[in-house]
Formats: sequence, C-alpha cells, structure tokens
Amino acid sequence: MLTELEKQIVRELQKGLPLVSQPYLELSGRLGMSETELMEKIKEFLERGLLRRLGAAVRHQDLGYVANAMIVWEVPGEQVLQAGQTMSDFAEVSHCYQRPVYADWPYNLFTMVHGQDEAACQKIAERLSQATGIKKYKLLFSTAELKKSTMKYFV
Amino acid sequence: MDLEKLDQLDKKLLNIIQTGFPITTRPYRELAEKLATSEADIINRIERLQKIGVIRRLGGIFDSRSLGYTGTLCAMQVPEDRIDEVAAVINSYPGITHNYLREHKYNMWFTLLAESKERIQEILLEIKDVTAIKQLIVLPAENIFKIKVNFDTEV
Repeated sequence: MLTELEKQIVRELQKGLPLVSQPYLELSGRLGMSETELMEKIKEFLERGLLRRLGAAVRHQDLGYVANAMIVWEVPGEQVLQAGQTMSDFAEVSHCYQRPVYADWPYNLFTMVHGQDEAACQKIAERLSQATGIKKYKLLFSTAELKKSTMKYFV
Repeated sequence: MDLEKLDQLDKKLLNIIQTGFPITTRPYRELAEKLATSEADIINRIERLQKIGVIRRLGGIFDSRSLGYTGTLCAMQVPEDRIDEVAAVINSYPGITHNYLREHKYNMWFTLLAESKERIQEILLEIKDVTAIKQLIVLPAENIFKIKVNFDTEV
C-alpha cells in the first residue's frame, strides 16, 4: 500500500512536469518536501515498478504508425506459453497477453501490432503465424477511437 | 500534426524524452547539452509539441497493478445505430481509458481500470443494465508476455 504522501506524489506526477527550469523543485514545493527528496522518491518509484517511466507519452499515429491491429489467436492450451514468448520477440508487437475464452470467443492470445498501414499489419501477422505455427487468427483493425485517456489514479 | 512539422532536433528530443527524461535539478538544461542547444529552446520545443498534440503528456506513466488497481479488457456487441449512445454510457466512467470500434461481431472494445475487482464487476453490471446489452465478454489478462514500455498502459 502507498502512504498518503506517496499517493500525493502520484497525483502530482500524473498532472505533468512543469515546463520551468527546475520542475522537481516546483513540484516538491507543492508536496512539502525537498527537491532532493522528491527526486529520490521518483527513482524509488521506478525501482519498485510503480512508475513504468517518467517522460513523454506521444501519439504514435502522428509519428508514422497509422494502423494498429489487435491480432487474436486461437492457440491450443499447451502451446500458449511458447507462442506468447515467440510473438513477444517481434519488435512490431507492443503487447502480448493471454486472455480467457468464451463459447462465442475462442481466441486466447492477443497481440497488438503497429504498422504503416493495414497491409503491413497483415504481413506481420503472417510472420507471427509462421514463427509459431498458429494458423487460426483474426486481425481486428480499429475503425474509430471513441476514447483514449490517461488514467487518473487516487482522485 | 503531421511528421513534416517536426525537424530533426524535435525527433531526437522525442526519442530521448520518451524513456530517458533526466531526474536532475535542471533536466531541460541537461537535454539541451545533449542536443547542443539551449534550455529555453528545449522548453519551447516541448511546449510546441504538446500544443500540436504530438506529446500527449509529459509526466509519470504509472503501473496500475503496482498502485493496487486492477483492470480488464472488455468487448461488447453494440448495434450500429446505438454506437454513440452506448459509447457515451461506457466512456462516462473515468476508469475507461481506451474505447475502440473494431471490425467484428464484438465491435466495441474498451479497457476498464478500478481500485478493486468488486468495483469492476459493479461498473460492468451498471453498463449492461443501462444499455440493456447482455453480449459483453470480460477479458482480463491471465498472462502478460509483453508490454512495450514506451507505449501507453493497456490492461
């Protein structure tokens, strides 16, 4: 569990770093701690894994990635681990998860891939299929973004 | 918001600050030294990149699980003519961080984060109730093979 001060630090860091010469000094003033204490705490958060990273979240669609596909795979149970690891080795795969199946949903392995266009995503899917031997899959392209927001914790 | 608006220095800056934003007293000055420019130039560039939407946020990107949050991906079958109305219901919850339309019978895909499993259940029941749509599958990650660190958190 996080202490109240730690939650307060999370709240400040998720608002964003101020664009001033000494951003940590400015934040530390709001938190009632010293600049050094805050910087140490941020490093500790990174070590503990609370913070994945500190930095810029960019819009990837603006940087040349225009298509993103969720590829869903129907993988026999005993092959999931191997297939998941193999797919994760591909740089084009940003996320790879195992998820439950349902009567009308047989796909248990999910990969997110990013490419210049839909054809590029198709090619990546073919390569993933060849590398793992998993033949049953579907590419689900996003046709509209209805919401994309950054989570606000402890609000 | 296109690539042409970015010069070489913008691109180098973006590369560095996605993963290696300095945790030092004068982080913008440190970036300026690395890129052979001035602190003011770095601050102006970041400000501009935020304004044109290339940088969505400069700050902490947290790991929801480490903070004690739990999350899941969900998929729902929404009739074409009800998409806006149903999306409005779903998106009204702050814990809904992503919501995309995808080409499948299960066409609405969203991620939900909350402080507990119970709260997740509660929200999903409310969504089913209010929309009167029962075709909703809950797809929490059972196994995480990969999350690429410079992409945003998904669940």
